[in-house]
Amino acid sequence: MSATVEVRKGPAKAAGPTAGISRFLWRHPWLRGLATLSPPLAWFLVIYLASLVVMLLTSFWTVNTFTNQLQHTFSTANFSQLFTGTYLDIILRTVLMAAAVTVTDAIVALPFAYFMARVATARTQRMLFTAIMLPLWASYLARVYAWIVILQKGGVLSWSFQKIGLGTVNIGYTNTAMWVVFCYIWLPFMIVPVFGAIERIPDSLLEASGDLGARNWRTLRSVLLPLALPGIVAGSIFTFSLTLGDFITPLLVGGTNSQLIGNVIYSNIGTADNLPFAATLALVPIVIMIIYLTGARAMGAFESL
Amino acid sequence: MIEGRLTKLLLRVWVVLVLLFLFVPIALIVLYAFNKSNVQGWPPSGLSAKWITVAWHDSQVRSALLLSLKAGLLATAVALLLGSAAAFGVHRFSFFGREAVSLLLVLPLALPGIITGIALNSAFQYVGLNLSLLTIVIGHATFCIVVVYNNVIARLRRVSGSMYEAAADLGAHGLFTFRTITAPMLSTALLSGALLAFALSFDEVIVTTFTAGAQNTLPLWIFGAIRLGQQLPEVNVVVVFVLLLTVIPVAVAARLAGSQSAARALT
Repeated sequence: MSATVEVRKGPAKAAGPTAGISRFLWRHPWLRGLATLSPPLAWFLVIYLASLVVMLLTSFWTVNTFTNQLQHTFSTANFSQLFTGTYLDIILRTVLMAAAVTVTDAIVALPFAYFMARVATARTQRMLFTAIMLPLWASYLARVYAWIVILQKGGVLSWSFQKIGLGTVNIGYTNTAMWVVFCYIWLPFMIVPVFGAIERIPDSLLEASGDLGARNWRTLRSVLLPLALPGIVAGSIFTFSLTLGDFITPLLVGGTNSQLIGNVIYSNIGTADNLPFAATLALVPIVIMIIYLTGARAMGAFESL
Repeated sequence: MIEGRLTKLLLRVWVVLVLLFLFVPIALIVLYAFNKSNVQGWPPSGLSAKWITVAWHDSQVRSALLLSLKAGLLATAVALLLGSAAAFGVHRFSFFGREAVSLLLVLPLALPGIITGIALNSAFQYVGLNLSLLTIVIGHATFCIVVVYNNVIARLRRVSGSMYEAAADLGAHGLFTFRTITAPMLSTALLSGALLAFALSFDEVIVTTFTAGAQNTLPLWIFGAIRLGQQLPEVNVVVVFVLLLTVIPVAVAARLAGSQSAARALT
């Protein structure tokens, strides 16, 4: 009986030209991969990576002050300008702001993510996840604008403080306002990966820690936090990097002393019209992110990913 | 770890506080869209829908909306084609560089948008391409591709390879397999990827600042109006409109593909 069953290897021999093509592609999977991969790769190489290269080149060019034309001659003038007091201060302020936002968001996200992953019922967990996902995607501008309305003079915040009798509060258009808004905007980007990391920790590890006599605090410090670290790092890539390049929030809720790298880049495209210097400044967040990721890797943040 | 009663209570309080922090500002601007007065102070003196009518008839808002819709739809179309192609390539074909491909695709979202913006702006100037709808779409598509890619590849990983082999053994050729197996299984992933890409594009302001030139998309109009402190009652309305056009597609996408996958498409 079994002798009559023909065991076919590969696709059936269907007729027609498309069958021929599909048979050919089936036998040459690398060709299939190449055919589907090359258009998106071409887009990224020709448009994205090439643009980054042009930006790098542009950073070595200058603008003729009389004609306002780009001069395609090699010069390191932009970099000398970058390493002067004013710009170093701005870079330092930006990095400090990004660090403050990252640390704050990590502290706010950890208990929240822990509750979601380990305490909440399945139903509550789903609800909370949706509650995080909506602000993650909801209009960035709308969420910044909400804080302008809240923080302004006579806004909700100062009104509430007066009602409770805490006196006047006026943090609109300051670095504090900027910090609050950045923390608010990027918080969901931190919660999602931290939740993912905590959810993956096997219960047995936490139980073992308890069996070995560790109190909750010790388990938290020696077991939970190290295992949640990859999630925190993954989230921090977003909170840190997105703060480094933002110019909307500093322009809209920052004050006179709130210049970040992003603002300066923005003003060099608009009013100052100096694309080469803007390109030089845009390299700064890339370099900082490379240093940041290298440091995180050296600290072993990616080992358990 | 066994959480005591007090710990659980504190965690609950924390969760409620974070949720309030996340949602009170959003609730407030929705309320402000119905603010009767043109003064922005709190509390609003009364509620009215009159600014909705004013904003709707504002020709600047209308042309900005039209441009945003065009850019969003075109960028979504490009992202659908290239994002799903990349997902197919990476999934069906394991090669040494697949991690590199994923990293490359997510780069425009993980690096600050201003870098993409300045890079594209430099390149457009270099090749002499004037800023227009085309340049906006190029910028948006570049960061939307990864959203479709993430959605499609997550779905492809769940589809067993034996389905394709079974189809082939039963005599189905490539196109037939695609039509009867691949497409139906991918349809919701593609749709949710498209919705997310559109939401991302419709709201984008940082890259667009450097690729739009003199034209305004809706977010650029909002940004300009806030900076000048003009037409704020209209801004109240338009901002909520943009909010809805980002939240509704995302809510639908989350229904289709699960909220976890919708969140992971970005992070």
